[in-house]
Amino acid sequence: MAPRQPRRWVRRWGEAVIERGLLGCALVSVVTTAAILVILARQTGEFFSEVSISQFLFDSQWTPLFADKHFGIWPLLAGTFLTSAIAIGVALPFGLLAAVYLGEFATPRVRAILKPTLELLAGVPTLVYGYFALVTLTPLLQRVLPELSGFNALSPGIVMGVMIIPMITSLGEDAISAVPGALREGAYALGAGKLQTVFRVVLPTALSGIAAALVLAVSRAVGETMIVAIAAGQQPRLTLDPQVPVETMTAYIVQVGMGDTPTGTLEYRTIFVVGATLFAITFAANLLSQRLARRFRER
Amino acid sequence: MPEAFSESACGPAPYRTMQPSDSMPDTVAAKLSVQELSAWYGEKQVLIRVSLDIPERQVTAIIGPSGCGKSTLIRCFNRMHELVPAAKHRGSIQLDGEDIYANGVDPVLIRRRIGMVFQKPNPFPMMSIRDNVLAGLRLTSTRRADTDAIVERALQQAALWSEVKDRLGEPGTGLSGGQQQRLCIARALAVEPDVLLMDEPCSALDPIATTRIEDLLTTLRERYTIIIVTHNMQQAARVSQKTAFLLQGELVEFTETDALFTKPKDKRTEDYVTGKFG
Repeated sequence: MAPRQPRRWVRRWGEAVIERGLLGCALVSVVTTAAILVILARQTGEFFSEVSISQFLFDSQWTPLFADKHFGIWPLLAGTFLTSAIAIGVALPFGLLAAVYLGEFATPRVRAILKPTLELLAGVPTLVYGYFALVTLTPLLQRVLPELSGFNALSPGIVMGVMIIPMITSLGEDAISAVPGALREGAYALGAGKLQTVFRVVLPTALSGIAAALVLAVSRAVGETMIVAIAAGQQPRLTLDPQVPVETMTAYIVQVGMGDTPTGTLEYRTIFVVGATLFAITFAANLLSQRLARRFRER
Repeated sequence: MPEAFSESACGPAPYRTMQPSDSMPDTVAAKLSVQELSAWYGEKQVLIRVSLDIPERQVTAIIGPSGCGKSTLIRCFNRMHELVPAAKHRGSIQLDGEDIYANGVDPVLIRRRIGMVFQKPNPFPMMSIRDNVLAGLRLTSTRRADTDAIVERALQQAALWSEVKDRLGEPGTGLSGGQQQRLCIARALAVEPDVLLMDEPCSALDPIATTRIEDLLTTLRERYTIIIVTHNMQQAARVSQKTAFLLQGELVEFTETDALFTKPKDKRTEDYVTGKFG
């Protein structure tokens, strides 16, 4: 069959092109990540050639834009930690209980309506959340807490928590519905009620999946930028008081990145060293989350 | 111990009456009495007016081809059937003369009196061997001081004690399949039920593990009323005193195991036990 020969050759060549093309698409994100790492590492390296690591780690002030420069990372870390902790404090109980409700109690119809609605929350632009925190929630909270400053950690922390709820609910519900029905039946057959079955058999079994969801949520909170940049203020401050203005790592990067800091200066490099710190934290959290999720699947 | 007693010359031990050869159906009390039981999943009827009396302290086997309603039948006995959405039933089931479906009867209390062992061993993965045995007490918030004794007794009864007594703190899922199934039996026995339902308890086990469970049944039936669903006719013949044959939701024949296998009255039973279908 002579005529088939060239066609087969064309097909093979065509398949090779398509294969390469697909590989290229897959590589885009890998190459981007690698490029980001290289740039972060280079700029961070140059930063540390001018500022000592001990100053970065042990100074208690962060004032790179002032005349009296200090480069201690802790005020930014504290701001990030504080807002994230408030966010998780809000998101974990609500998100988890919503997941329990959706996974164990809701009828299929209710679930079919509620789950997509909840996931819509994830589609709200964070800018909207940020202004909601600044112009709506903060004034409301000020009625209860007169001490609360106009910029603070509490209000954006709460709003960030609301933003993260759907994520915990969705991943938590996946973990809960992955628990084999045989275990629920085993508990019922022993005379356990619904609540006992859910809280003492299903949830403990889903624990590693829930932990993975939690870690992912932490990494989302730590990396969240717009809400805290708008509503938490821009004052790096080593405090755990949620009522005063603070600055998170992400908000600092926005502040410098959008300001008139000339490129190539030490001030400019600070955003890379902060970015590298942020990257390290979220990367570690994602790794941990993946490991937990894998352990969960093996079971 | 039961063997030693029955061989001795101290006169007939009461439990000897449970042997199929000399059992007397009229005098053995019915532990579970099923009247006109029909069951549905949605529109599909899976049990059609089944009536039978399960004798106390015997092993009753329920056999039949796949989809004949065997599992549904025993799941009606401990009210697990109603946990399936759209499942419903009609008819009555009496445990010691009391209707388990009567108004105001808590299914949870019924399930404490009628334990169940499933097809696939399902120990709770986050619990140790010990905690698995105690799960029934813990899940029902039953406070008992003598937990060590309960654990030992239940594991002894399930013939698992000697194999696990030095590692009670290890996870139950680390045991072999046969050990896991015996752990599930111990878990069911720890709440001291009257009746033990077993839904094809050996279908996921190898022949050696199966033999161990079958041996276990002969000792357990001294204390418990056992109902075993099985796919395996040899198993029914080996372990049970009475056998029910179910076909397409109907109870075809229910009689002494020996009689059912050697001189079945119904043509369909004969075809099934001689392997013409199924």
